[in-house]
Amino acid sequence: MFADFPLLSLIIWLPVIGGVGVLLNGDNNPWARPLSLLISVLTLLAALGLYIGFDTTTHQMQFVEMAPWISSYNINYYLGIDGFSLPLIILTAFSTVIVVIAGWQVIEHRTSQYMAAFLIMEGLMIAVFAALDAILFYVFFEAMLIPLFLVIGIWGGPNRVYATIKFFLYTLFGSVFLLLALLYLHHVAGSFSILDYQQVSLSLQEQTWLFFAFLIAFAVKVPMWPVHTWLPDAHVEAPTGGSVILAAITLKIGGYGLLRFALPIAPDASMAMDYFVISLSLIAVVYIGFVALVQSDLKKLIAYSSIAHMGFVTLGFFIVFRIFAQSATGSGAVLAVEGAMIQMISHGFIAAAMFLCVGVLYDRMHTREIAAYGGVVNTMPVFAGFAVFFAMANAGLPGTSGFVGEFMVILAAFQANFWFAFLAATTLILGAAYTLWMVKRVIFGEVANDNVAQLTDINNREFIMLASLALIVLVIGLYPAPITEVMHASVEHLLTQVSQSKL
Amino acid sequence: MMTQSLLLTIALAPLLGSIIAGLLGKQVGKVGAHRVAIAGVGISFALSVWVLKLVAIDGESYNQQVYQWLQAGSLSLEVGFMVDALTAMMMVVVTFVSLMVHIYTIGYMHDDEGYARFFSYISLFTFSMLMLVMANNFMQLFFGWEAVGLVSYLLIGFWYKKPTAIYANLKAFLVNRVGDFGFLLGIAGVLMYAGSLDYVEVFAQAPTIAGQTMSIFSGYDWSVMSVICILLFIGAMGKSAQVPLHVWLPDSMEGPTPISALIHAATMVTAGIFMVTRMSPMFEFSETALSFVLVIGAITALFMGFLGLIQNDIKRVVAYSTLSQLGYMTVALGASAYAAGVFHLMTHAFFKALLFLGAGSVIIAMHHEQDIRKMGGLKKYMPITYWTGLIGSLALIGFPGFAGFFSKDSIIEAVHASDIAGSGFAYFSVVIGVFITALYSFRLFFMVFHGKERFDTHGGHAPHESPAVVTVPLILLAIPSVIAGFLIGNMVFGDFFGSSIFVLPQHDVLAHHAENYHGIMGFVWHGLQALPFWLAISGVATAYYLYMMKPDIPARLQQRFQLLYRVLENKYGFDDFNQKVFAGGSRFIGQMLWRVGDRVIIDGAVVNGTARMVGLASRLMRHVQSGYLYHYAFAMILGVLLLLTFFVA
Repeated sequence: MFADFPLLSLIIWLPVIGGVGVLLNGDNNPWARPLSLLISVLTLLAALGLYIGFDTTTHQMQFVEMAPWISSYNINYYLGIDGFSLPLIILTAFSTVIVVIAGWQVIEHRTSQYMAAFLIMEGLMIAVFAALDAILFYVFFEAMLIPLFLVIGIWGGPNRVYATIKFFLYTLFGSVFLLLALLYLHHVAGSFSILDYQQVSLSLQEQTWLFFAFLIAFAVKVPMWPVHTWLPDAHVEAPTGGSVILAAITLKIGGYGLLRFALPIAPDASMAMDYFVISLSLIAVVYIGFVALVQSDLKKLIAYSSIAHMGFVTLGFFIVFRIFAQSATGSGAVLAVEGAMIQMISHGFIAAAMFLCVGVLYDRMHTREIAAYGGVVNTMPVFAGFAVFFAMANAGLPGTSGFVGEFMVILAAFQANFWFAFLAATTLILGAAYTLWMVKRVIFGEVANDNVAQLTDINNREFIMLASLALIVLVIGLYPAPITEVMHASVEHLLTQVSQSKL
Repeated sequence: MMTQSLLLTIALAPLLGSIIAGLLGKQVGKVGAHRVAIAGVGISFALSVWVLKLVAIDGESYNQQVYQWLQAGSLSLEVGFMVDALTAMMMVVVTFVSLMVHIYTIGYMHDDEGYARFFSYISLFTFSMLMLVMANNFMQLFFGWEAVGLVSYLLIGFWYKKPTAIYANLKAFLVNRVGDFGFLLGIAGVLMYAGSLDYVEVFAQAPTIAGQTMSIFSGYDWSVMSVICILLFIGAMGKSAQVPLHVWLPDSMEGPTPISALIHAATMVTAGIFMVTRMSPMFEFSETALSFVLVIGAITALFMGFLGLIQNDIKRVVAYSTLSQLGYMTVALGASAYAAGVFHLMTHAFFKALLFLGAGSVIIAMHHEQDIRKMGGLKKYMPITYWTGLIGSLALIGFPGFAGFFSKDSIIEAVHASDIAGSGFAYFSVVIGVFITALYSFRLFFMVFHGKERFDTHGGHAPHESPAVVTVPLILLAIPSVIAGFLIGNMVFGDFFGSSIFVLPQHDVLAHHAENYHGIMGFVWHGLQALPFWLAISGVATAYYLYMMKPDIPARLQQRFQLLYRVLENKYGFDDFNQKVFAGGSRFIGQMLWRVGDRVIIDGAVVNGTARMVGLASRLMRHVQSGYLYHYAFAMILGVLLLLTFFVA
């Protein structure tokens, strides 16, 4: 019935145009907040429409839209989604609603601009996940950074300029290689369609160059060790909403890029380099786990925890070659890729919730130092309940979404190599250690000082925000099947692509 | 008939109680909270008894999926229930002890401001434990396994203002996670070699897996089954507090006493014993793993008992006794006498819960004083606590006729008959352990209930017996502490467990005893003539002599054997070692990686180094942009000359 309705365009442009509208209405407009909320909720509803209309039986792109954009170069406005992009788009739409609610009272100056930045960013990020034309992808991929820089640069902390520049240089460094790779592929494939890119035959040498270009571009975003040091700085300086989007969505673009470009376009190089990526992933899990343990700043601790959790994503993607080599049956490889995808989505919710919890504390105490807290449960019991719940989810407790992805990837890693699973499973100990030690120092104990004694518990707005995240984390943990179901066909297709040599 | 709705009701009733008491605690009030929680657990208990009847008498069993949790390729992970004799017995034990503890809590936690929260937690625990024992697959087992760990964490740290409590709960969680680390790898191994996580499918493939080898260190081929079973058992070592992962259990006594009884004595800590028994179709195919289990159990049984001798905190004595008894159960598993191990699990659940709740009753009377040196002579003030405590202690030391006698004796006999590696040491440990158990149990008993009154009367008020909500559970637990042993004919030597426990014929140490078993009286008569009985009696006598007749001897022994005493007092140094090496070491590694790895090398040299290089280059380049026309002209001429040389020459 709605077969020709441009739903994807609606989901992309509604928040962008809406954001511009909010911006143009001036800064003291009392309607800025409710209007932003309305736009973000409508976008979320439309994104859920994608889920309802999604056909889980095919790996073909769905909701495809195609229109010439710059016809002289054969560049098209070419959109479509599959089982990888759909969950990430819904995650983006949901996170934006949360960010709007989170900034409701907290952002006191330039509110309209703040809300507009997030709405525009939402549209651009969804476009990244939906773009099927390489140039279109690249434009959105770069454009979405602009609002993020502005958010950190304007509403950020005291050291925001250093953080923004570091972030900018890191990502720019990666993007240059990405652009070169995309242009080279156009030269080979004769079109800018990403799907065509995935079809072309390439020599191992070509694949290796392309693989490293993609790896550099996306590893910075994930971020993988050792190109991760921008993330803690960016998080520390970003306002709460910026941290939420950074953790929930921006990092996922890195994982999505590896899945969409590196693996299917350069499968032979990916296979040749898999030990390299696996090593970096395992270093991220173990090394970063130890680093997180000794952080004294709440946001830095969670930022490092994000890096360790994203290690499972890259690990899951790249162990498939070893699993193929070990056994003929493919369920281990499916487990690895779907586990990595679930890990991305789950991390989106849990990391967002963790940053929001820090935001709740920061709004009241204006410090992120762990040592400044202690005994928060005495004055904020409801908040403490949420904090302990999300901490447990972060530590991968079964029954929460944090468990599902790690569990699947560890099960799969065992089939690739015992030691991969061994090192990955150390997260059970390290993740619990850094998260719960933080909980012990911040939440439990006697009231540590007068500032803690004067804390007031969360209000209704904060309650709704945290409760809705808690509900989702719980539901995914208890029943992840609906999410993996939309991915099956795409995962099978990807595994076919990566198991066929292009040489 | 066993139906899905029946089993779902059993599992979910406590969860519902927990949710209402936890989230609506303010609305329903204190009485409402305990009513709804007790109703939930009560329903579970009644229906569990019904299930046991269906299994034991009508011979039914159940194994069905409830829903599909996840599908990945051809692999289906499900949530489902499997109920056989082993499960049914565990369900009854768990719900019965839980119900007793729920009732007892009304009295014990009466004035606590976290009253509703406490009920919410213990009901949540009951749900988690039921999910664990009723699982029909490894994934759900792991869910229950970690969920009980979560509740244990919440309850040890229940009094979150106490620094020792929040230290102990973090320690408990992390030590358990070390066990779970092994457990999860074991599950991953099961999936890799069996291609499924469903019990029935995995067990069916066990004989095939047993022949395979894997190479973890290149050049060494290890039996797959041994690797998997030892990894799974590491999980059991965490949860069931076996050396060296036992360190969390004594500290867990920081939590309120009812949960020490329920979680840290009767049920959760026996999850490891249950798990290994459930996996008997796998463990049977690896003698290496069984030997490992046997030796670890024997070390725990003997050496943790010694520690009980010098503790002065009433709860800690009972806690070390729990460690030692868990060692006995583990020894039974290692000797392939699973039925005896689980039988001891059951009797121990009753008499240990009784002892802990009795200790709690004493603690109430003593106004939360836990040092047994400040008690004494309580017999006349607390008759019910006294007599039930005596029953519990006699059951613990294995006095003939009491429940513990039957279960412990069958373990000792089974180890005696076993001939796998380590069984000689294990037999020695469990026999010596009998003397030690009797000694520390009756040291405690005499020092609390007999002798001089050493307590502070708090302004002339004499201690008095606890209220009925406390004493009724004591009496109800004292009954099975006596009579549960009579089930030995069915459970250990009979076919109660049927197909739920698998033993290879060459390991079947209980079969021989089954032939010689001629009823309870014969077993008791045989027990009266055997070595363990006389060791137990001499333990009690020694305790009486040392702590009632000549109380100065222990002090002199302490002087004489200072080094030994220091070793025991430091608990063999495990805590110090963990604190320095693992906790301290991890923080040191973290600091090094962060300060040197991230800051100096990556940020300092590479990232900011790049920025500095760019800065340096631009400073150099700036000199080129001097603004003087003749500089530019000179540069242009130089360039033209270079190009000419390149292209023409």
